[in-house]
Formats: sequence, structure tokens, C-alpha cells
Amino acid sequence: MLKTFPKGGVHPEENKLTSSKAIKRMPVPKVVYVPIAQHIGIPAEIIVNQKDKVQKGQVVAKSGGFVSSNIHSPVAGTVTKLDMIVDTSGYKKQCIVIRTDEKDESNQEIPEFPLKKEITMEQKDILQHISDSGIVGLGGATFPSHVKLDLKNDNKVDYLIINGVECEPYLTADHRLMLEKAEEIIVGIQILMKALHINKAVIGIENNKRDAIEVLKKAAADDDRIQVAALQVKYPQGSEKQLIKAIIGREVPKGGLPMDVGVIVHNVGTIFAIYQAVQYDQPLTERVVTVTGKNLEKASNFWVKIGTPIKDLVEEVGGLPEGTRKIVNGGPMMGKAIKNTDVPVTKGTSGILVISEDEASRQEPENCIRCGKCVFVCPMGLEPHLLMNLTEKGMYERAASEDVMTCIECGSCSYVCPSHRPLLDYIRFGKSIVKKLNTAKN
Amino acid sequence: MIYSVLYSAILLSSIGVVAAVVLFIVSKKFYVYENPKISEVEDVLPSANCGGCGSPGCRAFAERLVGSEDISELFCPVGGNDVMKQVADILGKEVAEKDPTVAVVRCQGGCEVRPKTTEYQGPKSCAISALIYSGETDCQFGCLGDGDCVNVCQFDAMYMDDNGLPVVITDKCTSCGACVDACPRNIIEMRPRNKRDLKVFVGCLNEDKGGIARKACNVACIGCSKCEDVCPKDAISMNNNLAYIDAELCTLCRKCVDVCPTHSIIETNFPPKKVKTPKPEEETVAVVKTEAKVESVNNETNA
Repeated sequence: MLKTFPKGGVHPEENKLTSSKAIKRMPVPKVVYVPIAQHIGIPAEIIVNQKDKVQKGQVVAKSGGFVSSNIHSPVAGTVTKLDMIVDTSGYKKQCIVIRTDEKDESNQEIPEFPLKKEITMEQKDILQHISDSGIVGLGGATFPSHVKLDLKNDNKVDYLIINGVECEPYLTADHRLMLEKAEEIIVGIQILMKALHINKAVIGIENNKRDAIEVLKKAAADDDRIQVAALQVKYPQGSEKQLIKAIIGREVPKGGLPMDVGVIVHNVGTIFAIYQAVQYDQPLTERVVTVTGKNLEKASNFWVKIGTPIKDLVEEVGGLPEGTRKIVNGGPMMGKAIKNTDVPVTKGTSGILVISEDEASRQEPENCIRCGKCVFVCPMGLEPHLLMNLTEKGMYERAASEDVMTCIECGSCSYVCPSHRPLLDYIRFGKSIVKKLNTAKN
Repeated sequence: MIYSVLYSAILLSSIGVVAAVVLFIVSKKFYVYENPKISEVEDVLPSANCGGCGSPGCRAFAERLVGSEDISELFCPVGGNDVMKQVADILGKEVAEKDPTVAVVRCQGGCEVRPKTTEYQGPKSCAISALIYSGETDCQFGCLGDGDCVNVCQFDAMYMDDNGLPVVITDKCTSCGACVDACPRNIIEMRPRNKRDLKVFVGCLNEDKGGIARKACNVACIGCSKCEDVCPKDAISMNNNLAYIDAELCTLCRKCVDVCPTHSIIETNFPPKKVKTPKPEEETVAVVKTEAKVESVNNETNA
């Protein structure tokens, strides 16, 4: 019996259309739009001016605080302006617009980094490097990685869990990365283990990616501290709390962090970025993005420079097919529809999903029939129907006491609801109000 | 037979006597003094229980009025100066006199002038739309059109028109401020009613640069500063590509309305302007437009 988390979960259609497509390299875009708020926390501070020449990998916006991250230029070129551009949030945000210098050779070279197994860097330098390289959680939450690695408060961490679950339907970015960069990922894990003095690491992978499990098992054969755990296919297993519960059976307390139960979780993409930062001093300026959709002919996985407009990606796969209704940044379960195709790829963009009319439309909500399906599938053990009603009626304090804040917004409840009720829409709204009330109280 | 009647009568009356004694003692022992003025003041207040004064209901406001030394900061927007004067007479305290205000909607981005570029199929609520993204149009400052303000209005003073924008029925508006709090975009503002409800204000909140704002909405303020230049009283200030008319300084001369190239300055309840000699074509159109607007607002007020 394969491991999984005990409570709730759903099985959406997998639709991993691109799992056999090797990661291609996107051509360098002519113009990149680099938002300064690509991570959770304080936006970075711009340190370049209009008309400045920037080198590839140069810091263009500096970390604005502890929970923040540096942002580097993905190309060599000129800063044409500092503008407001609609980003994935749907609002206009501050952006650095850089025009690529086509003559500059560094833009055209394809980075070749042979495997480098030996870790020569000291522990302190490793952490500093990760912080300087602007690495954030590439699974989608974009939490600055150095914050997770900062173990000041005497938390005893004994487990490092690597998240290779990729439970979102359609997305295959992590899957391909694990297949193609398995050795590097293992070295990345060893770097983190050295930096944090951890002796146990587990890579969690869902069983629909058997090839990745095999490849990583083989790569990790020399190091008996690293194990690969095959997990049952179930959404939302890629959520930190569910993954910890599935692999080592520990439960993160309400409102707590994985650190509280002695675990640190990192995504495989983040691990690869850490490997590049520590072994080759490469800042985080590109990531793997799955561009997919049932009607796309050339759906595939790409290495994409941060700041590439999504329209470039869409063009690369053959343009928008007829009848396209929605373009989603991320997967179909947790992703967010974008307003237009000028929105740039950011550090948190794991996939671009093009959905047609009949797949995208939401049905008219009807009355709750008290079937309890939402309660059954909630991985956090909440009662979504109740939370929605409380929010709708403005009973926010009651919603807070029903633990609305522990909701991980996985959307399983909305997915199964036979009455098509907009459960998550309301719960998310309730969370925002409760958050405001809590800050007002303190 | 007679005895059972007698027994029950005696038993019941003795229970009654005991209960009366207990109630009497308790009422004396736990007597809470309440200022009779609270009820008096409450009777004067409009009993709308709207919360516009900042207290949860009229009774709570009456308690605050009676309990506070200085009540010049407290004001019942629904009752207005008349009610506050009566309160002052009862309590013998000084009250502030405030100009009556009315809610105005500072957005003209209806369906015709502000094209929809996206569609949101979730719950119809401005608060939820605002949380998720910037709305169905390209203007991220304007009205979301889901009517949260209309839903919170307890006085039936607002409705959504065919154009997808909220309309304030000025006669019914009590300026309780519920709509101002409900709007996630801060579009609704309380402005002085003035005489005959004459108002001039900028009907736009778009802080984008002119071109971008105009692309998103035909009647957006493009930040050209023409109104600022023409204003004889310096009542108009420009901030972030957006004009704002200070109601205290404005003398309602309406010079700004005429110069605004995008007609984003709204005037209400003014009598129609006399069209003098023939003007350039575009400007005549502008006058006709404003007239139509005035008429519709007037109808509203009379309704």
C-alpha cells in the first residue's frame, strides 16, 4: 500500500499531456518585464534607473527586508522604463522593462553546466548564496527560500522533504526536471543537508511518475541518507502539510510551520535552483514552465526566462487555438486566470494552461443539498459549506472560530460540489476579512 | 370539593405573595440607575439604527450622547442638524453644525464607455471580485458593478442602472456612509449637498497615465490639468494623473466642466445652459450630453 495523507483529497483527471516532452529552451525574448513582487513578502526595491545597461544575472531589485528576495536581470540589455504592468494578480504592479541587447553574446549562449558533485562551499556561504541568488519556492507559493533555511529559533529539524509530487493536473514541469536533472537534484539535496546538518531526506513523488521515481532512486543509490517515497496519486498531496503527513506521519499544528515538527520541505525546482546557485553561482533567472492545453498542438515544457510575456510562450506552441476561453497561470485546480497575454512569467509560474470554452465555463450555482461531499474531501478537516455560509452572512468571527484560516485553498470542495457552489470564492474572501480583523485586533 | 378549591386558591395566593416580596427586594437591591435623558434623546433620534454615527444603533448613540462631556464630535447624519439641535436642547450641550452631505458615485464607466475585456463567473460581489482581480474591464480603479453598495443601503436610496453603475437617489440618501464603507474601490464619496443639491465633482478615480486611462474608458480623467488651470479658486488639485475638486473651495462656477476634454467632471441639478452662439461641433455635443445628464438626475430627485 502506497503512502498518502489520511483525510480528504480528490482525484481530478490527470491530463499530463506533456510528460513525455523534453524541456526545450525558449528563444531569448526581445523585451522582458520583470515584476518586483514575484515572491511572498515585501516587494524588492529597484536599484536600476531608466536607460541603465544591465548584465545578465545582475541584481536589478534588491531584497526589501527579511521576507523578501533579490531579483536579477534575466538578460543583458537596457532598462527602457520602470512601468506598471498587469501581473498574475490581475492588478498593475511595478515592473522593470528590459530590452534585450541582441549583440550581446551572453544572451545567445546556452548555459552548459556539467554535473559537479563535490560540495566545496562552507555552510555559512551556502545559506548566503541561496539568499543572494533570489531563490524562492518554485512550487508556486514563492516563499523566499532563505527564510525557510534560517533556523535561528532552535528548531530541531531532522527531516528534509523534497516535493516532487506535482499533484496538479496538466503540469509536468517538475516531472521533466526530475527526469532530466536527477543527478543535479541529488547534489542539491546534499548541499541543503550539509547546510542544515540534516541526515535524513525523502523525495516524495506520486506513483503516476514511475520513471522519475526510478531515475531518482538510481541517482540516490550512492547516498543512503536520501530515500525516494512513492505516493498514491491524490490531490492535494503537493501541499506541504499533506506531504509531511503522508511521508513521515507528522501533523503540522494549526497555524504552525513545518519547522515546528522538525521538517523542511522544498520543491524539486527549488532544489535545482539551489544547486545552480551554489555550484555555479547562477542566480534564479529562468525556470521550467509547462505550456499545455487539450487543443494545443505543440504543448511542451520550456526553460523560460523570468519576465517573458506569456504571449511569447503561446506563440511558441503555435498560437491560441480557436475557442480559447481562459488562460490560466498554474494548474487547473489552484491556478489563476490571467487578464491578458502581456502578463509576464514570474518565479511562481509553473505552467500556462489554455482552456477551451466548454472546459472553462462555470455552471450556475444551486442550493446546497447537504450531501457533505465538501466535508468528505477537505484535506484540512474543515466544513466548507458552513464556512461559505458564514462568510456569505457576514459572520466572520464565527468563521474564524471554525478555523477558516487553516484552509489551504486547494479547491477540492468546489471541485466536488454537485450544486456547483462557489465555496472557495467565499472562503477565500472570508479568510481575507478574518486576516484584516486579526491585524486590527493586534 | 370546596376544600380543594380553597386549598389551591390559598396556595396560589401565598406563592404570589412570596414572589412579590422576593421581586420587590431584588428590584430594590439590584436597582440600576439609568439616566432618563437617554430615553428622551433616543425618542428624538430617527431610529434608523443604521450605524452611520459610528455606534451600533440609536440607543447606543443616545447613551454616548448623554455619557460624553463634549458631544461636538458626535453627529447623527440621518437626522442632521435638526435632530442634533433637539438633542442639544435636551442635554444642554453644544453640538456641531454640519453641512448636510449626500453620497456621490465617482465613476461614469458604464458598459458603453468602458468595454469589458474579461469575464468573471464567480459570485456577484464587488468585494470578492476586487480580492481576486481588477475587475472585468481594463480600469483597475473604477466601479466593479456588482452592487455591494446597493445591497448595504438600508434606505433604498441606491439602485443599479441599465448601464451597470450604481445611482444614488439623493432625496432618499441619509448620508449614513454604509455604501462608502462597502465599496472596495472607494468610489463613493460624501459631498456637501449645497443649495438645491448642486454639485460639481470629478467622476473618475483612474490614476493611470492619460493614454492608458482613456484606452480603458472613454470618460476617464486623463490628468491633463486643464480644469486645474481654469479654476479661479484653486479648488482643483492634481494627484497621480487625477483631478480632485475640493468641495469647500469650489464655488460651483462650472468652468472646469466645460474644459474637460473627456467629460469626466460631473455636474448635477444645474439648470440647462443657454447655448449661445454656435460653437465648435465637439463642444456642442458636450453641452447636449450634460443636459441629458441633468435631466435624468432631476427626474431621479423628483421620483
